[in-house]
Amino acid sequence: MAKDLQPKIEAHDFNFFYGQKQALFDINLTIPERRVTAFIGPSGCGKSTFLRSINRMNDLIEGTVINGQMVVDGTNVYDKEVDVVTLRRRIGMVFQKSIPFPKSIYENITYGLTLNESRTKAELDEIVEFSLRRSALWDEVKDRLNHSALGMSGGQQQRLCIARAIAINPEILLMDEPCSALDPISTAKVEELIDELKDTYTIVLVTHNMQQAGRVSDFTGFFLMGSLIEFDRTRTIFTSPSKKETEDYITGRFG
Amino acid sequence: MNNPFRTTRRNTGELIAEWSIRAVASLSIIVIFLIFVFVFREASTLFLGDSDEATPQSAQVSQQDSAPPTASTSEPEVYNPEAEEPEVYNPVAEAPSSGEEGAPGEFIYIATNPAYPHIYNPSTGLIPPDIDAASTEEDVVLGDTLSFTENFFSSTWQPVGEVPKFGIVPLLIGTAKTTLIAILIGAPLGILAALFVAFFAKPWIREIVKPGIELLAGFPSVVIGFFCLVSVASWVQDITGVPYRLNAIVGGIGLSLAVIPIVFSIAEDALSAVPKTLREASLALGSTEWQTAYRVMLPAAAPGVFAAVLLGIGRAFGETMIAIMATGNAPLSTFSPFEPARTVAATIGSEMGEVVWGSEHYGVLFLLGVLLFVFSFGLNAITELYVKTRFIKRFQGK
Ligand SMILES: Nc1ncnc2c1ncn2[C@@H]1O[C@H](COP(=O)(O)OP(=O)(O)O)[C@@H](O)[C@H]1O
Ligand SMILES: [Mg+2]
Repeated sequence: MAKDLQPKIEAHDFNFFYGQKQALFDINLTIPERRVTAFIGPSGCGKSTFLRSINRMNDLIEGTVINGQMVVDGTNVYDKEVDVVTLRRRIGMVFQKSIPFPKSIYENITYGLTLNESRTKAELDEIVEFSLRRSALWDEVKDRLNHSALGMSGGQQQRLCIARAIAINPEILLMDEPCSALDPISTAKVEELIDELKDTYTIVLVTHNMQQAGRVSDFTGFFLMGSLIEFDRTRTIFTSPSKKETEDYITGRFG
Repeated sequence: MNNPFRTTRRNTGELIAEWSIRAVASLSIIVIFLIFVFVFREASTLFLGDSDEATPQSAQVSQQDSAPPTASTSEPEVYNPEAEEPEVYNPVAEAPSSGEEGAPGEFIYIATNPAYPHIYNPSTGLIPPDIDAASTEEDVVLGDTLSFTENFFSSTWQPVGEVPKFGIVPLLIGTAKTTLIAILIGAPLGILAALFVAFFAKPWIREIVKPGIELLAGFPSVVIGFFCLVSVASWVQDITGVPYRLNAIVGGIGLSLAVIPIVFSIAEDALSAVPKTLREASLALGSTEWQTAYRVMLPAAAPGVFAAVLLGIGRAFGETMIAIMATGNAPLSTFSPFEPARTVAATIGSEMGEVVWGSEHYGVLFLLGVLLFVFSFGLNAITELYVKTRFIKRFQGK
């Protein structure tokens, strides 16, 4: 890894099981700080499973087992002392399907903020505006902050979910196919947003769209059947991959 | 160790909330199941042939030691169709009388009649305070000179007698009183149990508890009524020391036992219908299970939970058998929860059997039936039209 890159997330021999079924096999990789890292691969190869292992969302599924280490900022997140609630407050997550709460736009953004500390209205107003500006939504919704978030378009809802994640000031943003349900214009907006956010956050992006990985990411990992086949700079993966499977996938020979 | 995630900054209030929801929910579930046990315990004396409690009746009497052992307290279960006024249950009858009256049967009737407050011995203090000057005044002009509507909205319900009185006010008050108590107890317990089963319980616990409580929704209400009459009434009297063994509180508790399964099963359905993705989204923002449950899932399911409460109210005021057995069944115009009450449904249930077909009394009972019907139809209509459309809107945007 180049000198200017700090490791943010590291997986060491990470294995993951849904009950008896192994979904991830000996994953080893290092995700650098303040860069966009993309995971590509055919559907069912374990990309989401890996992403959800970082903020321990897989804990919610009954009967999952892990072994190996998932290290964030030098700490194995599966250590006993790690409080999963605190962990998740430092790692924002955006899902494939936008999931606004059935509340107002304003309340959607402030939800994460008011969970554990009380803040003044002025502080909240400021953070709401900041988050909405950062997610390029402010101009579109500033006059209807108190309207239901469910009245927004799909693309706006997804950007609202990004704003909601940004509002709690995380260090890492996990995005699981954030554009797969969006039209091309909304997709372009979200990609633009990712580009802007990467100076501040470490972004990990799962995508089934290789062009998207090529456009927005600095590093790319290729998953196949639960194994990480190759992990390198995006340019290298797309121009001179070292593994035959990667090349086959990139050139569209399967998947 | 500079582990950045080590701090557990969950505040104690929240932990207490999280644990108390578990505790209260488990408690309410246990209480519901204990009803089975108590009912069977009362019945078991028959089979086990306990020496001093040979029959259920003697068991009851021994439990009533603290209450004056008069005919009136046991009247609901020792029901005698030959009696002159079987439906007029009168807790006041036990008061020492001043001796103006003739046969005891007549005395019961007259003593219930607030038209003759002067026959009471003032030292007993058993005249409900709400039988006030207004009703006395009105009673000076006796029933036959009252128009039907005046009679109907007066505060005396005495359908059988020389001057029949059909004042439904005490019945409405009794219904409101017991329904309110039932819903104040039943709704929170039902909702908490639903929250517990929907979000906190392990899958195998859910598999047992959910069908279990739902089965209780079909539990014969006469058994619940019996249970309240025998056990709950004694507990309430032991704790509060009220003079009347059967009163609105006991009735309300009994009705709440019928309300809980309804509220539970509908609220649980509503909570489970909230998309699981909302829960994930909330947890991913670093909220605890409890915060997720009460700040996201409960509001999202609010229309359904509201519907559950409405239907619970409908169940409470429509319930007949529990109301007859556990409330004391006396039509008093008092808001005190510690005095007997009589509901509209209980009135129909206990008087319809011996009413003269086609009489005024018969008509009034049917009118009460219509009242009940309109009320519960209204509640159901609100639930259907308003609540359900809102619920759907909530998840489909505008
Ligand atoms: N909740 C689950 N229970 C059991 N198996 C699962 C679950 N979620 C995913 N899997 C399995 O794990 C594998 C990886 O899934 P996933 O990580 O979702 O793949 P991707 O996101 O790359 O499409 C798949 O074979 C899938 O069937
Ligand atoms: Mg996936």
